[in-house]
Amino acid sequence: MSSLSMTASDTLVLARRNLMRIPRQPDLLIAYTVQPVMFTLLFVYVFGGAIDSGPFDYVDFLIPGIIVQSIAFGGFVTALGLSEDVKKGLIDRFRSLPMSRGAVLAGRTFSDIALNCLSLVVLFAVGFAAGFNFHDATAGDILLGIVLVLLLGYAFSWIFALVGLYSSSPETANSIGFTLIFPLTFASSVFVPAATMPDGLRQFAEANPFTTISDAMRSLWLGTPAHTDVWMSFVWCFGLIAVFAPLAIARYRKVAAK
Amino acid sequence: MTEDAIVVEGLEKSYGSVRALCGVDFSAKTGTVLGLLGPNGAGKTTAVRILATLLEQDRGTARVAGLDVKRDAAALRAKIGLAGQYAAVDENLTGFENLEMVGQLYHMPRKEARVRADELLERFGLSDAAKRPAKTYSGGMRRRLDLAAALVYRPPVLFLDEPTTGLDPRSRLGLWETIEARVAGGTTVLLTTQYLEEADRLADRIVVIDHGNVIAQGTSDELKSEIGGERLELTLADRDDAERAAEVIAEMALDRPVIEDGVVHATMRQRSGTIAEAVRRLDEAGVGVDDIEMSRPTLDDVFITLTGHSAEDADDDDDDAAEEQPREEVRA
Repeated sequence: MSSLSMTASDTLVLARRNLMRIPRQPDLLIAYTVQPVMFTLLFVYVFGGAIDSGPFDYVDFLIPGIIVQSIAFGGFVTALGLSEDVKKGLIDRFRSLPMSRGAVLAGRTFSDIALNCLSLVVLFAVGFAAGFNFHDATAGDILLGIVLVLLLGYAFSWIFALVGLYSSSPETANSIGFTLIFPLTFASSVFVPAATMPDGLRQFAEANPFTTISDAMRSLWLGTPAHTDVWMSFVWCFGLIAVFAPLAIARYRKVAAK
Repeated sequence: MTEDAIVVEGLEKSYGSVRALCGVDFSAKTGTVLGLLGPNGAGKTTAVRILATLLEQDRGTARVAGLDVKRDAAALRAKIGLAGQYAAVDENLTGFENLEMVGQLYHMPRKEARVRADELLERFGLSDAAKRPAKTYSGGMRRRLDLAAALVYRPPVLFLDEPTTGLDPRSRLGLWETIEARVAGGTTVLLTTQYLEEADRLADRIVVIDHGNVIAQGTSDELKSEIGGERLELTLADRDDAERAAEVIAEMALDRPVIEDGVVHATMRQRSGTIAEAVRRLDEAGVGVDDIEMSRPTLDDVFITLTGHSAEDADDDDDDAAEEQPREEVRA
């Protein structure tokens, strides 16, 4: 077998293995389905009435943002899974097999894409049910938005891979994810327009890539002025991948060769 | 092809300033079991990880199934199986799915991987649990699944790192029988263990390592006769008499008697008449005897003689050292 087809085949075997655990772990299934639904309902119906979202209904403003947040966190299962694999010795088993060395991380990040597609379907379903509509969006714009958000999810898979490989346990991975990365999504235009925030926080939010990407999604799906947001979002995603993929791979090599 | 299945020469490995292996040599003939015996931290696992291509040595060479572990690592992985104390199975997959996945990662066609998975589950008595996630398995079942995963591709060389540590006696016996069946089929096995009984039963040859050095090797019988002599074990009516009893016994012994938990152990000059003579002398010295017994040396005796501590107590080494520290200060 050529090394390329070996890598592809091993990656698929491992991606399938990663996905098989989801329906068996109710907490993960809830994280990917019920949680985004709850967040959407909470913000649309509880907070939404009090939030000034300019010319749009709050649900229209919210859905692109909440999709960005949920998909960015889609890779979280990679952090949990990798720290478990290291702890339980599965990485050793894989490394003792005549399989592709890159397949463990590739399998993780690819299975995240599949999971994120599932999340996206759930989020669109609840969004439309709550009254979300695209405004002035061509099919191409909608598709570009979906590609962008999946790319963001892929970039975050590498960040979470690194988190998982630095965590001594799935619990540590969990707390790193939710204390360091989760707040970043709130100090951005994911849920409210950055312009409404006090000085200091506002500047931070405007520089936050979550703001850039949420605004890019809104320009694609709601027809708001794009400025530089769309292409800057792609720069951010590729930049995150360019930084975190090599870091995760280097860390994997180090962890695995202990 | 008369080369030994495992040949290790001058293997060295350090982690920072800690020397895990300080140049070890050993070999195993094809179709035999080599037991790597030693306490925790002796370097057994490091040796296995190097042989299984998980870790690169600093110096020395190792060849497995005729292949160099460093240069031919990729080719070697198709010829080895690895199982151990951590039972590396995916807990969220069923037993069947675990084995199917491993088969596919050996690049077996999926259909063949499935047939093989069923075959192994049947042989390891896991057929009934085949469709249950591995997290519902008992410790013994997990180990069996782990071992089955190592056997998926019928590797000619099998590495078992403390395969029965933490198992109940019944599961341990079951696993031993499975390993024996593999060896009867021609597989070469390298087994690490801290249980002397396990090495005694399974291993054709035993390599004793401690602090990264090989301190003895040979068959179980060779090791026992190397330290020689008949072993005397003396249990006293009053533990406080141990020192005095040891002095009495010393006159009849080949070496200095060792006191462990109030029981006196010694290697005696001869077997006949020793018990009667010992009891008489102890009686004269006013030491009450609760039980006295003579036996051929066990591997445990070998281990104590070689390392100065028993194999399964080795964990306490550090505690002993820590306890000795204040005593020194008091003396000073």
